[in-house]
Parts: sequence; C-alpha cells; structure tokens
Amino acid sequence: MKLKSFKRGIHPKGNKQFTCDKSILEFISNENAVYPLSQHIGAPCEPVVAVGDEVKKGQLIAKATSFVSCNIFSAVSGKVIDIKPVATTSGETAQSIIIENDGKFEEIENFGKKEDYSKFDREKILEKIQYAGIVGLGGAGFPTHVKLSPKEPEKIDYLIINAAECEPYLTSDYRLMLEKGEKLVEGIKILLKLFDNAKCVIGIENNKTDAYKHLKSIIDDEKIECQLLKAKYPQGGERMLIKAITGREINSKMLPADAGCVVVNVATTIACFDAVANNIPLIRRVVTITGDAIKEPCNLLVNIGSSHKELLEVAGGFLTQPEKMVSGGPMMGTALFEIDLPVTKTSSSILAFQKDEVAKIPTSACIHCGRCLGACPEKLVPQLMMAASDNSQFDEFEKLHGMECIECGSCTYVCPAKRPLTQSFKYAKREVIKKRKKGEKK
Amino acid sequence: MFRNINVSVSPHIRDKRTTQNIMLDVCIALFFPLLAGVYAYGLSALITIVLCVISCVGFELLFQLGMKKKVTISDLSALVTGMILAVNMPASVPWFIPVLGGFFAIIIVKQLFGGLGQNFMNPALGARCFLVISFASIMTNFSTDINYLFSKPDVVTSATPMAMVKSGVVTNWFDMLVNTHAGCIGEVSAIAILIGAAYMIIRRVIDVKIPFIYIISTLCFVALIQTIKGETITFDYMMVQLCGGGLLIGSFFMATDYVTSPITNKGKVIYALILGLMTSLIRTVSPSNEGVSYSIIIGNMLTPLIEKFTVPKPFGYKKGAVK
Repeated sequence: MKLKSFKRGIHPKGNKQFTCDKSILEFISNENAVYPLSQHIGAPCEPVVAVGDEVKKGQLIAKATSFVSCNIFSAVSGKVIDIKPVATTSGETAQSIIIENDGKFEEIENFGKKEDYSKFDREKILEKIQYAGIVGLGGAGFPTHVKLSPKEPEKIDYLIINAAECEPYLTSDYRLMLEKGEKLVEGIKILLKLFDNAKCVIGIENNKTDAYKHLKSIIDDEKIECQLLKAKYPQGGERMLIKAITGREINSKMLPADAGCVVVNVATTIACFDAVANNIPLIRRVVTITGDAIKEPCNLLVNIGSSHKELLEVAGGFLTQPEKMVSGGPMMGTALFEIDLPVTKTSSSILAFQKDEVAKIPTSACIHCGRCLGACPEKLVPQLMMAASDNSQFDEFEKLHGMECIECGSCTYVCPAKRPLTQSFKYAKREVIKKRKKGEKK
Repeated sequence: MFRNINVSVSPHIRDKRTTQNIMLDVCIALFFPLLAGVYAYGLSALITIVLCVISCVGFELLFQLGMKKKVTISDLSALVTGMILAVNMPASVPWFIPVLGGFFAIIIVKQLFGGLGQNFMNPALGARCFLVISFASIMTNFSTDINYLFSKPDVVTSATPMAMVKSGVVTNWFDMLVNTHAGCIGEVSAIAILIGAAYMIIRRVIDVKIPFIYIISTLCFVALIQTIKGETITFDYMMVQLCGGGLLIGSFFMATDYVTSPITNKGKVIYALILGLMTSLIRTVSPSNEGVSYSIIIGNMLTPLIEKFTVPKPFGYKKGAVK
C-alpha cells in the first residue's frame, strides 16, 4: 500500500524502543487527588463541591461553564479538603480541587453499568460524551463533544482516527491499539453513528505496523479502514493528518469540518466508548513514563489527579539525576520545574533525560540556509518570521502568515545555528493577539 | 533534589546538523577542486591557497578580537571563504593579492555588515571582483612560475579559455574536463568540481535547484544569443561554455552560498534564471570575461527583493483547496 503523508516536516529519532514493548500497567494511587479546574481548551470549570463534602469515585466535582468547556470527575472517594491554586505542568498555578483519598474507591450509582448503546440516537451519544468530560487526549485538550458537533453533521464524510503518535518517545496510543483494539473499534462504531455519510480512516504511522496489522485483523465493519502513513513529524497534527488522508488542505482559520472531516485521537475514542457504553466518565488515562534517566520506563494507566511524583516512583525512579524533565512529547511538551504536579487529562507522558541537549546550547548567527523553510509543515518562511519577530515588527510577522504557525517545533529542530525560532513565534503570536484585543476594545 | 533541572521552551530535542559541520562539509567538497589546482599548478597554487585561508581566518580573528566581539572562527565560515577565495585566484599571484583579498572579503564585505549571515554578497566573490578591477593584469596572469609570488608583477598574460572563445578559438573541452587549462586554481578540472558538488548534494548541503537551473539556463541563453547574432553553434563550443571559466565552480559553490541566495523555492528558480541570463549576456555580448562572478554578485544583491516577492502561500491557502 502506498504511504500517505503531507509535504515537508522532519524525521526525528523515534526513541519509542524504551516503552513500545511494555504492556499498560494499572496503577491506583492512594494519595490525595488534585484536580485543576482548567484541563482543557476553553472556559475553566466551576466547582460543584465545597470543602468538607464527601465525594465518590466517578462523581462530578466541577461542571462546564459554557459549551466549550468540560466537566471534571473525581477518580477517588473521600473528602474535599481544599480548593486553592496549585502549580500545574504548564508552569502556571490553577485553581484546583483537592480530595483526600480514603482508599476505598466507593463508586457512585450506575458507575460502570453497561448500556445497550445500539439503540442510542445521536443526541444521546453526544450528551453522554459531553457529560463524561472527554477532551482530546493527544495533548491539545480540545473538548471532544465540540469537535463531534459540527454545524452540518451530514456533510462530514471522514471520521479520522489520529493514531499517528508522531511525537518521539510516546507509546501510549500504540499500546492502546494493541491491547484495547476491540474497544477502539467499538468506539469508532459509536462515533460513526453521529455522521451518517462518514467512513472512518485510522491513520497509523508506518513505524507502528504491529498496531496496523492488529487493527486490520479485528476490524469487522466495511466503513472502517486503516491507512499507513509515513513516519514523519508532525504527522499527527490535525491539519497535516487531514491532508495526508484526504488530500484536503485547510488553514488555521478553518475547522476540520470545513473539509468534511472530524479528527479524534485513539485514547479519546476509547474514552468515548467507556462513556457511552459503560457509564465511566474520563477519570483515567495512559501516561508513558520514559527517557534515558528513568529506571524502568513504562506505560501506566493512572487516575487523573495523581501526582507525577508517584508515577515516577512506580517507574523505579531515576537512574541518575535528570538534567531535564518534560511533560508531553519532546517536540511540543513543556519542561518541568518540579515533580509534585497533578496528572491532568492532557498529560500524555513524563520524559526524563540524563542530558539536556537544548537549554545550554549556544545559538549562533542565522546563516540563511533555508532548512527551517524546508521543515515547516505550514509552508511558512520561519527565517523571515523570526527576523520580523526579533525586531518587534508584528505587522510584518502577520503579513508573513506568522499566525498560521502551529508551534510544532520543526524549524527549531532542524536549525543548524540552534536558534529558538518556535520560542520567538510563540512570543510574536501572543503580541499579535494582544494587539488585536486592544483593537477590539477601541 | 530538583535544583539543577533545566527549563526551556520546546522542542527539547535538536537535529545533529550544526553550522560548523555544514561548513566542514563545504570545506571537504572544496578540497577536490583545490587539489586538482595544486596538481595542475604545483607549489605556487598551494602557497596561494594557504595564504588565502590564513588571511581570511586571520582577519576574522583580528577583527573580532579588536572589536571585543565573540570569536567565531570555529564555525569555519571564514575557512570556507578563504577556500572559495583561493578557488578564484590564479595560481601564481604576488603574496599581497590573497592577503588583500582576505581583508576585503572578511572585513569589508562580511564583518562591517554584521558578520556571519549579514553580508549582502558572497565575501570571496566580492573580493575577487575587487581584485580583478584593481589588479586586472595580475588577476588574469595564469603563469605557473613560482618566483612570480615575490617578484614585481609584469603584464604578460595568457588567455583563458573564455577569452579564447571570445576571440573565436575553440579550445579542447576534453582537456578542461580532466585537467589543466589556464584559469584560476579551482577551475582546472571539471571532474574535480563535480565530485565536490556531488558530495555536497549527497550530504544535503546544497539544493540542486540553483546550480542545475543556472547551468542549463546559461547554456540555453548563450545558444539563443549566439543564434540571434548569426553565429553557428557547435557541440565543442557549448562544451567549452560549460566546462570553461567559472560556470561549474560558480554554480555549485558560489551561487549556492546560503547567506546570499534566496531560501524560497520560487525565489531559487528566479535567482538561478537571473544568474543564467546575466552570465550568458556577459559571455556573449560584453567585452568582460567575468561572467560568472559579476552575475552572482548582482544576483546576491537582488536576493532580499526576490525573497520578498516569493513568500509562498501557507498551508491551506491554495486556491480551491477547500471552499
């Protein structure tokens, strides 16, 4: 079969060997659980419990405040002991609900009750997914029910399952495909009910052929197919994936629905299945703990709200003191400054590196080699954009279509002068948005 | 426990390619034509090469020390400039010519404009043009007499292939392909140049667009102009146009200079076509023999403008993509 892909992009070393053969281990923490109120893109939630309240496993503790927002559920039973700002992986503090874990994991009524979902109609499925607080588990954290409710659902002809997992080191989706393939396929069938004219394509990079073969062997629906994609970063970028699979291109101002597509990640699809078929809200996720500084790299199924510290202990701790730790993939993740941070819905991995190849790297003058241009999946000209950004010429930055930048880091990765291009673009984009907001006020 | 942890903005991994190892690759590629030059012209060529390199690296060092700037000679860009300058030198020149060339290339063209990445034209070519204009007789003397290095310059010149072609003599292109024709150190052997070029292409140092389009368009334009002029075009004539002069070395090693050539794909094509047109015009119409050098320098100066007008449409903005 011909490998599909998008143009440009980069080929970083996969480094998935640490954890790709490690089965998903379940880890249940007995420590207190911490739930930041903003674990998704959109408005933060509002707590529906107060300090001193008793909560059960699977109980709603914070509810969405608008359509683009997401409910949060407790994964433990116990008492709410505090609601206060807590440091999160992003480096900022966020208002969080802290629950003292009584270790009993008493469940709420109907938790895990199997449903006959074959009779559910579109509204019922969407309602269940929305209630379960499901967000894109790949890392962006966009509320899934919003994605699944395009204006004209009959115009959607592709349901794309994002199984690219293009970030190096991450293996959680790969393991899920191998171990929970049946659940994934059932989840897809549920999602397909939302779109009458859609067929489903599961996009898998060709460095995960095991998962591809496994899924192919268990798929029993002619509306679902698997597509091998070239292993290339950022293949899992939503718009890159749409381009690779359908050949359609959309820009940052459009939605996937404009190209007749809805893109959902593997773990998210499985979460949707659990929400609809088993009445289990999003309270757990798979986190890959890996890197050359970790003693026993592994894929852990953990409760959202557990501490990174515990996860690292389960992984055997450190071989040596790591020089850098990252939450998320090495291309787009954020560097950690401490480890006592709560796992959120979007925590896909914890990486610990013995050597940090980036922070102290000397940057030199731009030699105008154009490698950044050859790497940019958005067909931008990072070299000119950085010149504009560094000189605070934000109008020029916009004119160069700088706002199309998806901050994937490809340009920075290839730069031989090791210039911090992505950093510069993040700054410039914020400045432009600030300026636009000012303009609106006037 | 976590006091010494590094925090930086993503991405947290980087490619192995550095400015230094790209420059090293260029040096390795340049080694082939320079070796051919030393083989053809002997010790005098070697001394000229060494003088070029020492003066370029030396002037960069002196300038940066003098201006209390960070010394960056370890990025090897000055070494590359020195080697390209040597490629553009006749084998036997008085010692002060390479030194002056190094000074002009590094201090005037490169450092005064802000150092690496800021020069508006190829430093080595800038220096060559400066020398050709200022010391025309020396720069076109292709004597191989080593004593010439320290003697007073005289005015005896031997004709280069390009000059001979202009005066109606078609030299044997097969000789040029392999070895020895009067010319600069780096122009001696087309095969050596192509080996170096192949190395750079395999190592992905250069994009083939610029050299290929440049060479092909030059030949096409030359043929066209000659036809308009009513001259007959023979295979031998075209081969001399290809192998003679600085076309090969210029297209692979100088027109592709990162700093002074466009980075956009369309820009590269336009730039190469401009170079081809200029070179063919100078070779056929102008009395000057500096076709390649002048074209590349003019192209260099047009680069920012070309880039400005060739910024590609970003992903998803193509007409008729969706909606």
